Amino acid sequence: MTIHNLYIFDRYGSLLYYGEWNRSKQSGMSREEEGKLMYGMLFSIKSFVAKISPLDPKDGFMHYKTTKYTLHCLETPSGLKFVMNTDNQAQGVRELLKRIYGEIYVKYAIRNPMCGIGEPIISEIFKNKLDAFIKQTPIHVRAS
Amino acid sequence: MVIYGVYIVSKSGGLIFNYDHNIPRVETEKTFGYPLDIKLQYENKKVVVAFGQRDGINVGHVLLSVNGSPVTGRTTEDGRDVFEVVEIKENYPLSLKFGRARATTNEKIVLASMFYPLFALASQLSPVPKCSGIESLTADTFKLSCFQTLTGVKFIIVTDPNMQGSEVVLKRIYELYSDYALKNPFYSLEMPIRCELFDTSLHTLLELVEKSGTGNL
Repeated sequence: MTIHNLYIFDRYGSLLYYGEWNRSKQSGMSREEEGKLMYGMLFSIKSFVAKISPLDPKDGFMHYKTTKYTLHCLETPSGLKFVMNTDNQAQGVRELLKRIYGEIYVKYAIRNPMCGIGEPIISEIFKNKLDAFIKQTPIHVRAS
Repeated sequence: MVIYGVYIVSKSGGLIFNYDHNIPRVETEKTFGYPLDIKLQYENKKVVVAFGQRDGINVGHVLLSVNGSPVTGRTTEDGRDVFEVVEIKENYPLSLKFGRARATTNEKIVLASMFYPLFALASQLSPVPKCSGIESLTADTFKLSCFQTLTGVKFIIVTDPNMQGSEVVLKRIYELYSDYALKNPFYSLEMPIRCELFDTSLHTLLELVEKSGTGNL
């Protein structure tokens, strides 16, 4: 069980934060471009889900699965998107994302007077706390 | 086990088959007083709710009928414009029926070709090497499972989120496709599937899955 990487987007689609832990393949483009592509995909998935859904969706898109990884997405009411790639065995990632939102993002980015809203998070303490949080979760086991 | 729909997408991304199994109707009829507290809007040849979500009427729902007479486009059956009807105070109380719009065939074709790039992007943005595209996509109201054959044809089913064993169903649909569509001498590749035998055996399969699950496929 592994966590590969985490993207945090604001509601206008700019990449606020990117963290990676066990990523074995880079996409071959700059981080900025990759962020745009990822947000573009999530945006299309969101409208795809709204149209194809047989009933009225509430939370909408939650996760998709491929042969090698699973992408989990949490969208907060304010439009922030937390996107995490894990392997296919990971359980309870949605709860984990909610905790990252409540316990790390709100605590160390929103309440930090040096972090502007809608600007990329460069705070060192946010990075350290997030790293520590990810490393103590049961889902995260080093692949190597 | 509920299967809402089956889609088959050809290797060039076109929708060649779709079947709605049993999509539940989401409809609410309510009597309103003047002034109307729901903001309506005309878009894509439909009158939709733009603001004022309440009592099961959600933003995005389509106006289906006014006082029992069905609405087509923006006019009622007797040729009056819906927007004029809801403006006039004398018409109230007014009974309006709203419902979730069903995808038309054109919209389904658009959806099918929308899935194609999503599938490709998922493998491009993969954090691990040698990864396929989307196999299943889960939202709170449904689960979509996709199976891509070696020749690039995609079989997609939309089921309820707790569905188990959708891979088996997809494999069975693939079998039916090769038996009744590909082996049909009147069927040409990449073209919409219009084969009666395929339709009937697909219905039988879906009914079987609905009744007894995927255990004995």
